[in-house]
Amino acid sequence: MRARFASATTRAVNAASRRLGRGQGTVAGGRAGLRLDPKLLEHLSAGREVALVTGTNGKTTTTRLLTVALGATGDEVVSNETGSNMPAGHVAALAGSRATRVVLEVDEVYLPRVLTATTAVAVVLLNLSRDQLDRTNEVRMVAGRWRAALAAAPHTHVVANADDPLVAWGASVARDVHWVGAGLRWQLDAVGCPACEGRIEFTEGGWSCAGCGFARPETEVALVHSPQGLPSAAWADGRTHAIALMLPGRFNQANALMAAVAAEACGVDAIAALRAMEHVEEVAGRFTVRAFGEVRARLMLAKNPAGWDELLCLVAGSDAPLVVSINARVADGADPSWLWDVPYERLAGRAVVATGDRFRDLSVRLHYAGVAHTTEPDPVRAVAQAADGTGAIVDVIGNYTAFHDLLEAPE
Amino acid sequence: MSGPLRVAVVYPDLLGTYGDGGNGLILTRRAEWRGHDAELLQAVSDRPLPGADIYCLGGGEDGPQVRAARTLIDDGTLVRRVADGAVVLAVCAGFQVVGRTFPGADGEPHEGVGLLDLVTVKGAGPRAVGEVVAEPVGVEDLPVLTGFENHGGRTTLGEGTVALGRVTAGIGNGAGGGGEGAVGGRVVGTYLHGPVLARNPALADRLLSWALHDAVLEPLDDSASEALREERLGALHRRRLRRRK
Repeated sequence: MRARFASATTRAVNAASRRLGRGQGTVAGGRAGLRLDPKLLEHLSAGREVALVTGTNGKTTTTRLLTVALGATGDEVVSNETGSNMPAGHVAALAGSRATRVVLEVDEVYLPRVLTATTAVAVVLLNLSRDQLDRTNEVRMVAGRWRAALAAAPHTHVVANADDPLVAWGASVARDVHWVGAGLRWQLDAVGCPACEGRIEFTEGGWSCAGCGFARPETEVALVHSPQGLPSAAWADGRTHAIALMLPGRFNQANALMAAVAAEACGVDAIAALRAMEHVEEVAGRFTVRAFGEVRARLMLAKNPAGWDELLCLVAGSDAPLVVSINARVADGADPSWLWDVPYERLAGRAVVATGDRFRDLSVRLHYAGVAHTTEPDPVRAVAQAADGTGAIVDVIGNYTAFHDLLEAPE
Repeated sequence: MSGPLRVAVVYPDLLGTYGDGGNGLILTRRAEWRGHDAELLQAVSDRPLPGADIYCLGGGEDGPQVRAARTLIDDGTLVRRVADGAVVLAVCAGFQVVGRTFPGADGEPHEGVGLLDLVTVKGAGPRAVGEVVAEPVGVEDLPVLTGFENHGGRTTLGEGTVALGRVTAGIGNGAGGGGEGAVGGRVVGTYLHGPVLARNPALADRLLSWALHDAVLEPLDDSASEALREERLGALHRRRLRRRK
């Protein structure tokens, strides 16, 4: 009874908040519902098949790809698509739908709580690396909390990236783990062994600790590339399938493979799942090409050094004008020191415009990286400045709120 | 001086959580821009620490911090080089490591390298997180220091040790007295990361000058850093005015 009232309140507050034009109306309603019934997430999850997706990078995309894959069966699927990935956002998504299949993006720190509340069928663990250190916890601590939560969830299928030692540490206590060789470009946060504080050595396609022998688990399936660079999924049982996505980048191939294995844990064939993902063009605005007046720009999001590392790889080789936009608002973390962990040196020789609330921090970083650049505090003007009347599509990489500022800026 | 100026980032695999590797880069570039030969070394923890003129230690998590201290003590190079006049910039966890003792993940004291006479314990309250402004004390003729801190330690300086600065905003050492960081000889410790030298080029030049036998350094174009300093100091000032209203 209490749950039904709390759930109705969640919907009512969300509807009111949307009508008032105050955001997408997911967090306010969820909070109101949780105040009335602190166990609302438990109650709303009962009788549904919930899959959770967490990790530092790729959560939103993987959640979307898994939702598409499960939806291809014809079943209705509900997901927290607005990216509100804490319990208030989960409650809001669930209160608004009766779908029995559920895919939730979960903030890394909230995984234990959400896992307990939802008794999830499947959990996807993508990766763990430094992100907003002024706000969240150190990555080792997060891996340790995952470990405790997964040990207490014997009925959950865990889909884990075997190439990330911190993920492997968190997942290795779970009863049923599907290990995926999804790759890990950013390895700096994983050199200290999470098991013994020894040193992790990375080799071609593997890793191990010299101190305690903790090593990369045998994988069930891995992301592999042909000599021409074409990606495919290769299962240990001999199955293979080409991964053909509209979404660019190695990291999205990895996200798709993780989602496919999770789909299989939810009773959907992994290859059928990969096929269903082929048609996804953009996820929550990432890689959208949009116009600002005469100028067109491709919008990309990178929130932390690991994400930047992947995107700088993606834009290498292009000579499109580039705008980099950095904010340090609450959702970004107040401390942009991570700029010094990003290999901006790779942009030397490119035409770069620095913008965003913290363009001055970025400008100092680019100065020492030897990247000639101009500055323009206003992001939309920065895009025009970068295009310089050439008609070229401008590449824009922003961190979280910087990306959203441009995505939502008026034409 | 024979050979290039050598700047070593100490154990980036253990102490490099907060972009502190940038301090080594900044020192190297500022030497090169003045025509000095300079070499930036990434000194990883499973090899002997190389000889260098400046050592930069950064922040790190509890486990790797303990490991870094143990490895530096066993290696012995850092203490020997400092006795021979090498310059050290130690930030956050690195600052704690160059002291006498610091707390591990369990809160128990662990032995530090002992370059500075100071002791760090785990603070009882919440972590110190946020912008810091400090009036310089331990190094003469520096402009005001600006940076960002994020630590849970409380550091008490020994009798003969001077603070790097006195905080006018933020927490700093947090052990009473308003001190931030510490200076002993040519060893500078601080809780300011960010990295600290990006916002405080004058401190970078002081360290460089020490390493270059007190050379007088010609000024560089620091307009980007100056603009950043003004913005950060201004932002803090505006926030205070708002709070007072």
